[in-house]
Amino acid sequence: MEDTTPDKRINIKGLVCPYTFVKAKLAIESMEIGQILEILLDYEEASRSIPKSMEDHGQRVLKVEKINDTDWVLMIRKEKE
Amino acid sequence: MDFTEEQLQRYSRHIILPEVGGKGQAKIASAKVILVGAGGLGCPVGYYLTAAGVGTIALIDNDNVEMSNLQRQIAHNVHTIGMPKVESAQKAFNALNPEVNIVPLNIRISKDNIIDLIKDYDIVVDGSDNFPTRYLVNDACVMAKKPLVSGAILRFEGQVTTIIPGEGHCYRCLFEAPPPAGLVPSCQEAGVLGVLPGVIGGLQATEVLKLILGKGEPLKGQLLIYDALKTSFRKVRVPRNPLCPVCGDNPTITELSDPNEEYCSLS
Repeated sequence: MEDTTPDKRINIKGLVCPYTFVKAKLAIESMEIGQILEILLDYEEASRSIPKSMEDHGQRVLKVEKINDTDWVLMIRKEKE
Repeated sequence: MDFTEEQLQRYSRHIILPEVGGKGQAKIASAKVILVGAGGLGCPVGYYLTAAGVGTIALIDNDNVEMSNLQRQIAHNVHTIGMPKVESAQKAFNALNPEVNIVPLNIRISKDNIIDLIKDYDIVVDGSDNFPTRYLVNDACVMAKKPLVSGAILRFEGQVTTIIPGEGHCYRCLFEAPPPAGLVPSCQEAGVLGVLPGVIGGLQATEVLKLILGKGEPLKGQLLIYDALKTSFRKVRVPRNPLCPVCGDNPTITELSDPNEEYCSLS
């Protein structure tokens, strides 16, 4: 089974677009290829738009999960600089 | 580069572009660009590069702001009439983005100072309004191996080209020598549509950012010609001329010279 332990976690609760993606993107940029970023957020639209944009930028979305009434957790693996 | 919250907000639309990102924005922030002319072209080029967050922007111009400039030179205004253009533009650019280091140089560019002026900068932008300066800037950039983004405007037509010494043409490959003064339009013939420098300056600023980012294809080896009346853009291929007097295989121009002909300029 694939190891999905995050190498970096960010909490972007309270942020809205486009800052949700700005923060997520800067976090990915600071990481090495193959590493995994975990994102905690509470802005529903970003739970859809961040995975889509990450894929458009060549990253791999491992998980999109609603963990309670307000929050989502995303897991993104860096595939591309 | 660690961004402050303010920088994240200011540059967010850059950072989310795949071609820019945080790394590209950091390149922009460390770039140093020098603009020759703070007039029709220098104003929009400087404004957009300031907005983009270019680290240092030097402005060279020894003119003062006049009422007749305000039809197109958008960094100046009625309150800065009489002030040196470089100071007027510095005020406008600083108000837009105080973290950009604007270096106002209220001097006339010449063969004696140009090499020293451009040596600390990554990219030179020519927005000058006369042929002698245009050729001086070209020759100096070829000799100092500095990338040059050249723009020119007259009436309803503008031109842009990007010169990367050693990698393509230079201005003299295009037009070997300045036209004789008598063939240059006189002041009363040399009108210009006020928005034209906005279009051409916008294209020059785009070229500068592409060079800083190392993205896309610069206008090297090409001349872009914009006709505002027809709303047409034409690209003309400009190969390097091996017989070019300054960048050719056996250059005959090996030192800079100040032209002595008087030109009636558009300033």
